[in-house]
Amino acid sequence: MLNINNLHVSLEEEDKAILKGVNLEVKAGSVHAIMGPNGSGKSTLSYVLSGRDGYDVTDGTATLNGEDLLGMEPEERAAAGLFLAFQYPVEIPGVGNMTFLRTAVNAQRKTRGEAELSAGEFLKEVRAKAKSLKIDAEMLKRPVNVGFSGGEKKRNEILQMAMLEPQMCILDETDSGLDVDAMKLVAEGVNALRDAGRAFLVITHYQRLLDHIKPDVVHIMADGRIVKSGGPELALEVEQNGYADLLNEVA
Amino acid sequence: MALAEQKTDLAEARLAAISIPQAGAWLSEARNAAAARLRRMGLPVGRDEYWRYTRPDTLTSVAPVAAAVFDAQDEVPIFAEIETLHIVFVDGVFDAEESDDLTGENLEVARLAEAGQADIHWAQQLFGQLEAAAHTHVDRPLAALNTAIAPDGMLIRVTGPVTKPVHITYRHRDEHSDACLHHVIRLEAGSSLTLLENGPAAARFNKVMEVEIADRAAFHHIRAQGRDHERRAATHIFARLGTESRFKSFTLTANGVMTRNECVIDLQGDNAAAHVAGAALGDGDFHHDDTVFVTHDALNCESRQVFKKVLRNGATGVFQGKILVKEGAQKTDGYQISQSLLLDDDSVFLAKPELEIYADDVACSHGSTTGAIDETALYYLRSRGIPRIEAQDMLVLSFLAEAIDEIEDPDISAEIILRLQGWLARHRH
Ligand SMILES: Nc1ncnc2c1ncn2[C@@H]1O[C@H](COP(=O)(O)OP(=O)(O)OP(=O)(O)O)[C@@H](O)[C@H]1O
Ligand SMILES: [Mg+2]
Repeated sequence: MLNINNLHVSLEEEDKAILKGVNLEVKAGSVHAIMGPNGSGKSTLSYVLSGRDGYDVTDGTATLNGEDLLGMEPEERAAAGLFLAFQYPVEIPGVGNMTFLRTAVNAQRKTRGEAELSAGEFLKEVRAKAKSLKIDAEMLKRPVNVGFSGGEKKRNEILQMAMLEPQMCILDETDSGLDVDAMKLVAEGVNALRDAGRAFLVITHYQRLLDHIKPDVVHIMADGRIVKSGGPELALEVEQNGYADLLNEVA
Repeated sequence: MALAEQKTDLAEARLAAISIPQAGAWLSEARNAAAARLRRMGLPVGRDEYWRYTRPDTLTSVAPVAAAVFDAQDEVPIFAEIETLHIVFVDGVFDAEESDDLTGENLEVARLAEAGQADIHWAQQLFGQLEAAAHTHVDRPLAALNTAIAPDGMLIRVTGPVTKPVHITYRHRDEHSDACLHHVIRLEAGSSLTLLENGPAAARFNKVMEVEIADRAAFHHIRAQGRDHERRAATHIFARLGTESRFKSFTLTANGVMTRNECVIDLQGDNAAAHVAGAALGDGDFHHDDTVFVTHDALNCESRQVFKKVLRNGATGVFQGKILVKEGAQKTDGYQISQSLLLDDDSVFLAKPELEIYADDVACSHGSTTGAIDETALYYLRSRGIPRIEAQDMLVLSFLAEAIDEIEDPDISAEIILRLQGWLARHRH
């Protein structure tokens, strides 16, 4: 599904290299986790994949189902099935959450040549999905993320994911800021979406989320590279010993 | 030439060029008094502090600059879907054929041109009075000129709740027209009225609206200044508010080489609230000036000024807004925000927010910002699959939302949003 090959990325403004040769393959139906010290490039990778401005890809490729992601506009990537749950969801005053969701859902359907959802169909679906994430009707009416608590913002990201039903879901520290119960809700939301045609790339610092969302593969990213990959036990190792041993080992 | 002399000469030239229609005693007196005020003040020139950001010459010249007539065939006229008491002026001339009968429940409606012939009329207590009272802090000579020369206008007295809005449409057919209208509206205690206005009116339009809102009365005003790009307008609203009364005014301005909208609000009764808002969209040789002066002269009143401008291709936006809190006007809650969204580097926004406060127990805030489209928000929307253009439009509307929120009726705000979307669709690269 997602293939990243020797990806090198620098900042457009500073000519500073952030990603220094990332290789990653995520197959349909699987869940991969990326862990790694602060500043190692995890968010940068997710931004570059989803098409944020400000980065120069100096080498390498990234494809989704064989299509070149890096040549697409952000909205084309979304329509192709990519979704990023942001580490820092953006507040948009004056745009209702509901309007935003409906515009997004219908824009993607339109790009894919599908019929738009009627207002009634949409409402039914959004209510059901919001309920399972304990997002109340009041929050749906409010402007996008404005005045939402940290945890509410993260749940709102998962609601968007649930509505958009993407194939390749990247979750950037969706667990940070969530209380224990919310973490469970979010994990349930993710698990409900797991199926053979969909894959997840979960960026996290903590083993705890991975207790709920069981990864098939865990990667350690350091200084712009994936330095080690392994099974779920790798996450436990990080939890217990930190990164020092691991990084010394590969150095 | 000395400044004062230059200004008086401009005024004399304007008055001399106009033959003021015959009228009954009350109107003639009011007009003569206004002409005397005007002679004293003179017309504005570029060196006047109050006209620092807006060149007054095309508004004061004897003849107007010609303006091509514009026919918006791609849109149905605004407010057309709303059931109203419809009044039509063409190039400033009342159109009886197109207008509805001037009657309605709880309404007394008359034309200034006709009522002015009578010996007495209720409007004589008000006509020119609010305008005359509005020169205490700064001169507003174009309003005095209007009182002196306006041949017509609507006199509307509201005696109770009016459910059907009064709707005035100003059509523009003559490239050289120079229209001048003066409306007087009086809302008796406990009454309410919604007034809709739309249209370019003329190549040049000078309009004054004096509104007296008695205790517990509510006045809603929504206007859409026409899409004709070449038209010019100088408008004034003078509002005086009684106890527990409400005033809400929203203006949409899309296009227009020259617009100066002044709004002078006087909160005279306790617990009253006045909100004035505007959304302006300009592309290219667009100049739009909102000048507002709110005086708090009673207890526990609220005022809000919300002005938003979207500018591109060298368009200019101006905001001059003042909140004056008089001695004793305790518990005043004053709010003022003026913001521009610049869609490129060529456009300019000039703002002069002012507060002058002589009471100690008040809460006043003001802010002014100039910014561009928020790239992070744009990326966020696009990452959800919303195409760039649509995402950008969403952000423009989001920027304008605080002003549009001042419109209470959802059908009317839907009409306004439709126009905004239409403008955005027509003004892309
Ligand atoms: N726009 C930018 N300007 C300057 N530095 C940047 C920018 N974007 C990323 N960086 C730098 O790139 C490096 C990688 O940042 P990134 O956000 O990808 O790290 P991360 O692995 O997600 O960290 P964390 O675990 O703290 O979220 C950091 O050193 C960061 O300071
Ligand atoms: Mg990060």
